Parts: sequence; C-alpha cells; structure tokens
Amino acid sequence: MLYNEPSPLEVKVLTRRFGLPNSASIDTYLANDGYQAFLKAAKMKPEEIINEVKASNLRGRGGAGFPTGMKWSFVPRTSDKPKYVVVNGDESEPGTCKDRLLIEFDPHQLIEGMLIAGLAVDAHRGYVYIRGEYRYLIDILDKAIEEAYERGWLGKNIQGTGFDFDAWTHTGAGAYECGEESAQLESLEGKRGVPRIRPPFPAVAGLYQSPTVLNNVESYCSVPVIIREGGEKFAALGTPKNGGTRLFCISGHVEKPGVYELPMGFNLLRMINEVAGGVRGGRKLKAVIPGGSSCPVLKAEECDLAMDFDSVAKAGSMLGSGGVIVMDETTCIVRAAMRIISFYAHESCGWCVPCREGTLWLKKIITRIHSGGGVPGDIPLIKDVCVSMLGRTFCPLGDAAAMPTQAFVTKFEDEFMAHIEGHGCPYEKTEAAV
Amino acid sequence: MANVKFTIDGKTIEAPAGTLVIEAARRAGIEIPAFCYYEGLALQAACRMCLVEVEKAPKLMTACTLPVAEGMVVHTDTPRVVHARKGMLEFLLLNHPLDCPVCDKGGECELQDMTFRYGAGESRFLENKQHVDEEQWSPVVFYDRPRCILCTRCVRICGEGMGVGALGIVNRGARAEIEPNKGDHLECDECGMCIDICPVGALTSGTYRYQTRPWEMNHVGTICTHCADGCKTTLGIRNNRIHRGNNRDHSRINGEFLCIKGRYAGDFTESPERLKTPMMRTVEGFEEVSWDVALQAVAARFSEVLARGGRFGIVGSNHTTNEENYYLQKLARAQIRTNNIDHHRTGDVVTLLDAVAGRESALASSADVYNSKAVLIAGTDLAMQHPFLSFQVRANFRHHQAHVYTVRRGPEREDRIARRVISVLPGGEIDGLERLRDDLMREPELVILAGGEIKGEDVRRLVAFGDSLGIPVKYVPLVDYSNSRGALDMGLTPELLPGYKASGEPGMTLPEMLAAPDLDVLWVVGANPLKNGRALAAEKAFVVVQDLFLTETARRADVILPAACAYEKSGTVTNVCGEVQRLKRAMMPVGFKTDLEIFGLIAREMKLDLGALGRWTPEAVWAEIRSQVPGYAVPPNELAAGMARTLPPPARTGVEPRPELIEPAGDTLFTSGTLGRYSNTLNAVMERTHGLYEG
Repeated sequence: MLYNEPSPLEVKVLTRRFGLPNSASIDTYLANDGYQAFLKAAKMKPEEIINEVKASNLRGRGGAGFPTGMKWSFVPRTSDKPKYVVVNGDESEPGTCKDRLLIEFDPHQLIEGMLIAGLAVDAHRGYVYIRGEYRYLIDILDKAIEEAYERGWLGKNIQGTGFDFDAWTHTGAGAYECGEESAQLESLEGKRGVPRIRPPFPAVAGLYQSPTVLNNVESYCSVPVIIREGGEKFAALGTPKNGGTRLFCISGHVEKPGVYELPMGFNLLRMINEVAGGVRGGRKLKAVIPGGSSCPVLKAEECDLAMDFDSVAKAGSMLGSGGVIVMDETTCIVRAAMRIISFYAHESCGWCVPCREGTLWLKKIITRIHSGGGVPGDIPLIKDVCVSMLGRTFCPLGDAAAMPTQAFVTKFEDEFMAHIEGHGCPYEKTEAAV
Repeated sequence: MANVKFTIDGKTIEAPAGTLVIEAARRAGIEIPAFCYYEGLALQAACRMCLVEVEKAPKLMTACTLPVAEGMVVHTDTPRVVHARKGMLEFLLLNHPLDCPVCDKGGECELQDMTFRYGAGESRFLENKQHVDEEQWSPVVFYDRPRCILCTRCVRICGEGMGVGALGIVNRGARAEIEPNKGDHLECDECGMCIDICPVGALTSGTYRYQTRPWEMNHVGTICTHCADGCKTTLGIRNNRIHRGNNRDHSRINGEFLCIKGRYAGDFTESPERLKTPMMRTVEGFEEVSWDVALQAVAARFSEVLARGGRFGIVGSNHTTNEENYYLQKLARAQIRTNNIDHHRTGDVVTLLDAVAGRESALASSADVYNSKAVLIAGTDLAMQHPFLSFQVRANFRHHQAHVYTVRRGPEREDRIARRVISVLPGGEIDGLERLRDDLMREPELVILAGGEIKGEDVRRLVAFGDSLGIPVKYVPLVDYSNSRGALDMGLTPELLPGYKASGEPGMTLPEMLAAPDLDVLWVVGANPLKNGRALAAEKAFVVVQDLFLTETARRADVILPAACAYEKSGTVTNVCGEVQRLKRAMMPVGFKTDLEIFGLIAREMKLDLGALGRWTPEAVWAEIRSQVPGYAVPPNELAAGMARTLPPPARTGVEPRPELIEPAGDTLFTSGTLGRYSNTLNAVMERTHGLYEG
C-alpha cells in the first residue's frame, strides 16, 4: 500500500510501477519494461553507457548533486584491481524518505541500475548498504535479489550476455556518517565509520582500495530509463544541466505530506501549494528547508524558486536530498534549530575536532537559549563558531551542521533575540531558566 | 625523487616531490602546529590544527596531507589561518578540564604550548563541561578522558608502531574515548609508548604520577641497563632518585622507542633490598662492615692465595662497562696471573665473528635493521628479547615495505608482517633456513638477526648459508644483557683476549670453576652463577661477590661488596650491533662503589703494580681500550655525538666454538635477570606474554 496519494502533477518515471499490484515482484517488473535497459546496455560499449548517463545530466540524488556520468568516468579503465558498485542506501538525512520507497516498491529497478553501472565500469560485484533501521527493506531487497538469481538476472553469464554480476545487501548500524561515501566504504570493510583522507577518491581507491562507483539509490534507479529511452530524453524532463525528474519528500506543515516525483526545476511554492495541498489549516508559510536538514533554511519570501541544484544554490541553499520541510507560523525556529543541531551533535563521528566539539557546543548554546538562559553575546558567538567550523572539518558533516545553524541565526535573528530578551520561548511559554 | 620549488610565507624552497607541506615547512624552519600528525605514523588530518592557506584553493588545507607541488604558494600566517588555529584550540579547550595544576603533563604539554602560542586568552564557554572519571588500565597506564583530545596517536603507535594494537576508539562524537583491549584494563607490552606520545596529560604513567614537575628534575641521557639493544633513556632525576625514563627528544639509535624496562624499570635502583654496605660472613650470618675492613679482608686472602699459587676463578658481568671488563681481565691476567676468567655467555658471538672475520661490512648496525630491504629473524623471540630491534623491523616493513622472514619455534609478533613464516623444532633453525633459499636469493640484500638458540657449528652453517645466497648479507649475533657484547669484546673468556685474539693459555670456564673442588677463590662481579640451585663444588673457596642485591651467589659469599649500577656510573657499553655508547652518570652512588673503583681499591690494597695496571677511572681505561683493543679505535667525535660502531676482528680467532657454554637468558619484556627481580614495576605487570600473540 502506498504511503500517500499520487499527485496529478507528478511526472512518474522512477515511480511509475509503484501503484501496480505486487510491484516489487520480478514478474511485475519484467512485464513493465523490466531489465530491457540492461539487455540494451550489454550491447553497448562502456564509454557509450557513460556518455548516455552524462547526456542525461543526471546529478547525484543523495545530496551532493555531482554529475553521475562524470563520476563513473573517473574509474580507471586500465586498473587490474577488481571494481565494485556500491549503492548508498543509508538515507539518514532528516527529511528524506524516498530511497525507502524505491526499494520497497521497485527493488528490481535498483538492481537493474547496478547491473548497468557494472557494465559501464567493468564491475562484477555490487553491495547495497542499507541503514540498519530499514530492517524490513533489507528483507524485501534480499527477496528481490533472490528472485533475480533464480530467473537469471544476476549471477554468471546473465541472460547469455557473458556478463557476470553478484549483489549483496549490507546492513548499517545506525550512523548518519556512514552515508558519507568514504565512511560508508570503511563501514562496509568492517571498520569504524569514519571518513577517509581524500584524495584518493573512491572511483580510484574505494572499497578495499579498489576502483568503486558509489551512488545513491535514486541515482541508480534513474539509470535504466536513461539507457532505455536515451539520456537526452531524460535531460529534457528537467532544466539545463539538471536533467530528469526526482523524488521530493514533502513533510511538515502541509495538508498532503508525501513523496512526489516531479521534474527538476519545479517551483517550490507550487510544490507546497498545488502538490502538497498548501500549508495546513490555511496558515501562513514561515520557512522551508528545501533539501534535507543540511540545507540552509529559506524564508517564506525566498521560496519562489525553481527546485534544481543550480537555482537553489544561487539562492544560497542546496537542493540536497530533496527533503522539503515546510514550517508554518506556529513554528519556533529556535526549537527547529535546536532539533537539527542536536541531530548533528549526536551523529558527529568524532574524528575531527571542529565538528565533534563544535556541534556539541552549538547544541548546548541553542538549548540554553531556547530554555531561557541565553545572553546577547550568544548570537555573535554562534556565528563565530559556525565560521570556525565551515570548510575546516574533515568531511562535510561539519558543514552540514554549521550551514543550517548559521542560516537560522542569521535569517531569524529576531527570534533568537526574542528568546534571549524574553528569557524563554514565546511559542511554548517556557519558564525562564536562570 | 625530483625536487619541486614552492613558496611558503614568502620563502621559496625546494623539496623532493611528494614531501608533505608540514614536513617541508619544518625543514625550512617554519612551524605548522599539529597534534594528530606524527612522523612515521599513518596520516589522520583529524585535529585540523595544521590548516594553511594555499593560493588557488577554495578552502584551507591540512598541511599534513598536502604534498608540495611545483609553484605552490602557501601561507601559514594569514588572518584566516590565525583565526582557524585559535578556533581549533578553543574547541579543544571546551571540554578540557582545568587540570594544569595537578596534571603530570604541565610544563611539557603540547596543548599548553599551542594555547600560549596560538590560542585565545579567555574562554567563551558558558556550558557544563563533559566529565567521566579517570581510569587505571594497568599498573603503568592511567587514562583521563576529559583531558583527551582524541588525536589517536596512542592508538596508532600501539597498533602500527608496536604491532600490539591494544588501544582503540569506542563511542561516537564527543562521547568517543580511547578504550583498552580488555575493556576496563590493558594487556599489552606496558611499554609506555602511548604515554610518551600523548601530547596532553590524558595518558599518564602510574610510576611517575604526582611526584614532581619536569622542570624540577635533572634530565640525564644514558643507556638503558636491561637488554642488549642499547637504547638511550633520559632519566628524570631529582634528589638522587629516578622518577622516570623516556626518550622524548627522539635522539640516538632508538628515536622515540623505549620499552617498559627503559622507561619504568629503573626502580630497582631504590629497592629496599639494595645492598648499601659491605658485609662479611660470620658464624651467625652476615655482618655489616666498613669498606676498609671488607677490602682488607679481600686483599689479604687474595694476596695469600696468589703467593702460594692457588687457584682463582673470576666471573665477570654482562652489564658492567667495557672499562670495568677490560680492567678486570687485565687485573686478572697481568697481576693475579690467572686465565680463569669467564662470564654468563648468552649468544655465540665468538663463532659468528670468527666466521665473518676480516669482512668489514658483515655486521649490521641498528640502522641497517631499519633500512635493509629484507630481514630474516631466526632463533629468537625478537619482540620479547629485543624490543627495539623488533620495532626497527616493524618500522622498516611499514615505511619501506621490507620483506620479513621468520624462522622460529613458537609464535612471534613478526609473523604477522612476515612474507614467510617457518616453524622449526629446537635445533632445526638452520635446516629451516633452506626452505627460504629461493625467496632469499631474490632479495637484493639481507640482514639476519640470529638468536642465541643458534650456536656452535650451526653458526658456521648459518654464515655458509648466507654466503651461498649470492647477495650482500649482514648479521646481528643476538645477545641478552646490556653489555654482553662488551663482555666478549673485552675478553672476559679464558680462550680470548680483548678484541678476539686467542689467549693461547688454558683457563677454566664458568662451569669448570663451579665444578672445581680445589678452587681457592671465586670472585664474582655482577653475576649470579649459583642461581637455580647450582652449587659451588669447592666448599672451602673464598667467595667475594660484587653486586647490587643479595642474590643466591651473594648468599654463599664470604665478603659482599655493594656495587653501583649503570645509572650510577660513567663508562661505555656496546650493544648487540656492536655500537659503543657512553653512559652518563645520573645519580651519585651512596654507600656503594662502582665495580671499577672496587677493582682498583682491591689492587691497591693488595699492593699490586698500579703503574702497570693504570688508573681506575673510566677515562683512563677507555683511552687504553681505544689504543689496545682491535675494533675499538672509534672516532672520538662519533662517540661524543652519540654512538660509534666498533669493527669486527680482522682475522680468525682460531678458537673452537664452545656451544655448551651458551645459555640464552630467555628474558621477556617483564624480566631482566637479577635487576628485574627487584623492580616493582616489572613485578607488578607480569602479563601472559604469549597471550599477546594470540589471534
């Protein structure tokens, strides 16, 4: 059963099989263009496959938005090391709940994407790293993989193409940092999930120091349609340099929260008002986080925005993982900032000094402000701590913590000041904490 | 490696391509601060102190992971860099306790130093600091998590450096902490590398806690008196007492390395059982006497036996200085006119030097063990008995990917890094080597560390094997005590004079002395031949013992003369690689005398020819050694600078091997002959040593 009603404004490319009965089964998949892209790709040269992905302007759907075709082209053709395909199913960015649907309702699409990636870089082993909290999804994907083996779509000499590919699922154990690509590789290798020094990058020295492509679930799921219908067609669905559709996870103060597949570049206000039914109870929009908690918040007046990577970046935020979090006028921004920084303080792996100490410090300051113990010097202090963290941490988690905090404190400074001067939260009428 | 030119703070310098910016800067005299970066260990880039500005790079970059490139322009002193350093220190000090007044590290703390140089004067932190209690992980190691900055140097030195891996990180984020391998305690080498490498006072030593401040001590660099590796240890002395040992300045052959003995086992010097006054046997037991009385008694009996042509037996020591050994054998041979002089031999150096006689480059230095492209370890448990050489082999493997081979009876720490491991039964070492022939012949060079278990004819077979490989081979004949090599070099054997010249005279060996029923005098210097229930056949022999403790042999003595240890005298010692180094007296002996002085006083009391014997000062005897002992004419400037290599004998000795006399000590990290028995620290940390190799 689907989790939300589809919207008529959706352009259902990746999600088109979701509503079908037994959508996860291989029979349903095969009856609906399933594995046709793989057969086509098996007849293409690796460079052709990569060029097709490049032409699609597919950009990483995990959050960073790096062009997928370019990432695949970094794998050295002449390395004698075995190559690997790793799927990042860690989906831990707050506000994001799309990869879980892709795995739950169309797992074979993911498998086919992995196969095509394998053809493109000469990899024959694929690992799907799924966050441990998605226990039920691991079972679903394992079943799909089993089906694929049984019917000859995984294993040796797949469908007589001469291409071998094996796939496994791997369980995470509850760490957000393991969604960072090099930390994920460390975790896959059985080590502590702390990131690696880069360069070298995973494409050159990844899993077991061998060339590895590592992409998000949705990125791999986009590949079959790109091969089947051509990269340019996919690109045309979106905006220049931001090809295709993507799954947007609209949550928060809307009438119809849910996951909706929309073209890249779809307008954010339209998304909130027309796709998600508008702000709940007809209230006023206050702020929107466009792409998961790592992205700087947008004030209501900044939300008339095309939702693609470049436009959102120009507006000072990021498209990220497509986790659109809508906040109305009843929201205490300080509480929101507190909740978000608490997440990063909890998830900081602890490797580098600024993130480990900085996230905890910011959490403590903002908690103190929210419960009424704030002092005026806290605001410039928060800003300075963010500057001490930004660009100086070992991996982007420090930036992911500092950027939203900085945005909250800068754009909603008045609310922070109200907490400080009022010795408490005006929204929640908290007592002054002396 | 081609050089590249790059600019740092306006200076243009050249460095080999691939050099890290932090290293190149250091060599140019520019300090880039860092906590987690440590030369020789894996890069971390975790502390972020070394962030520098690089033109054309959008973000600040860590100098510890950035290799220099042609035309690179680096700035280490811009406002952005200054702000970054201040910020990092501020972060480190947030949860760091204000422990300086009670923290052992005060005065030598890198966090203190960095904060003075780059940090803010005041804290902006208004919150509560995180706290967990301090833990004791072993008698030696204490861990204080609030002080820890999680630089992970300790984890790396234990894992990569020592090959033990007893420390790890648990938990996440600001709750991360270092954890010992047994959860709440450590089972490890107790070497203290983690404590010395810790930049702050998170890891502190249980043997040194709260005793003193570093600036209140005299720091004296001398040579450790335990195993034969000859590591320098800087003793922290206050009020004539050793408070600690370390090698923080990373100087001499051992660099940063020391084991538990070099660091913490100096406490035997203040054991309450230390002999402090001479004693003489009476009917009721031992009676304390003055030096005059004791020396007169010894001299009287020695002179009487000498006059009537009686039999002397002299047992020299494995840890007295070269000067003492030389002087003793000279006193024995020239003045007492006896050739019955021997010592506890722990390795068949004699046969090896004989087999490679005349070849100058047949012996390996301790640096060769680190630099050779291939190393073979045979007949020894290296990590237990030669911890410094084991460290060198491991570092050679880590840094240079050296090929390591082990031929051994039981598990060895080096098995993990060995290309091939050959298991043999006792006596099967040389046959075991044959199985490595093909591998070894393909190596460009080889250093063979040969343990005391290989002796006699096997040593000759070993050298023949080495010769047959057709590649340059260097040997290290392993011996066990701090001056075992010096004992042999200085002729403490009946068959050899100093410098491995055949004595040409018959003389009793140590077992023969113990078995001779007509022995008149047994003079034992710093040795314990009657250990383990051995008996002295001559019940009427007059036994004189010079030692630090009331050993089994001392209990049999008629006169006991309390002696100084290596930390209480000057002189030279020669390590297992033939490297001769100077001792520096760290404490004044109180009550006891150095062995050299005792020899001289006995000689004077006996009215021997002191002119011929020479002055009993280390300087005078060393001058004579330099001129008289082949191989010891070492350049004085080299010895003054730290270490000089002795040369192997130029010609064959012409003596037969005596394998039956070789008895390796079989020490571990936690035992060290007599001295170790009286070290509280060593006794407190008896580990299951072979448990260290399981799994």
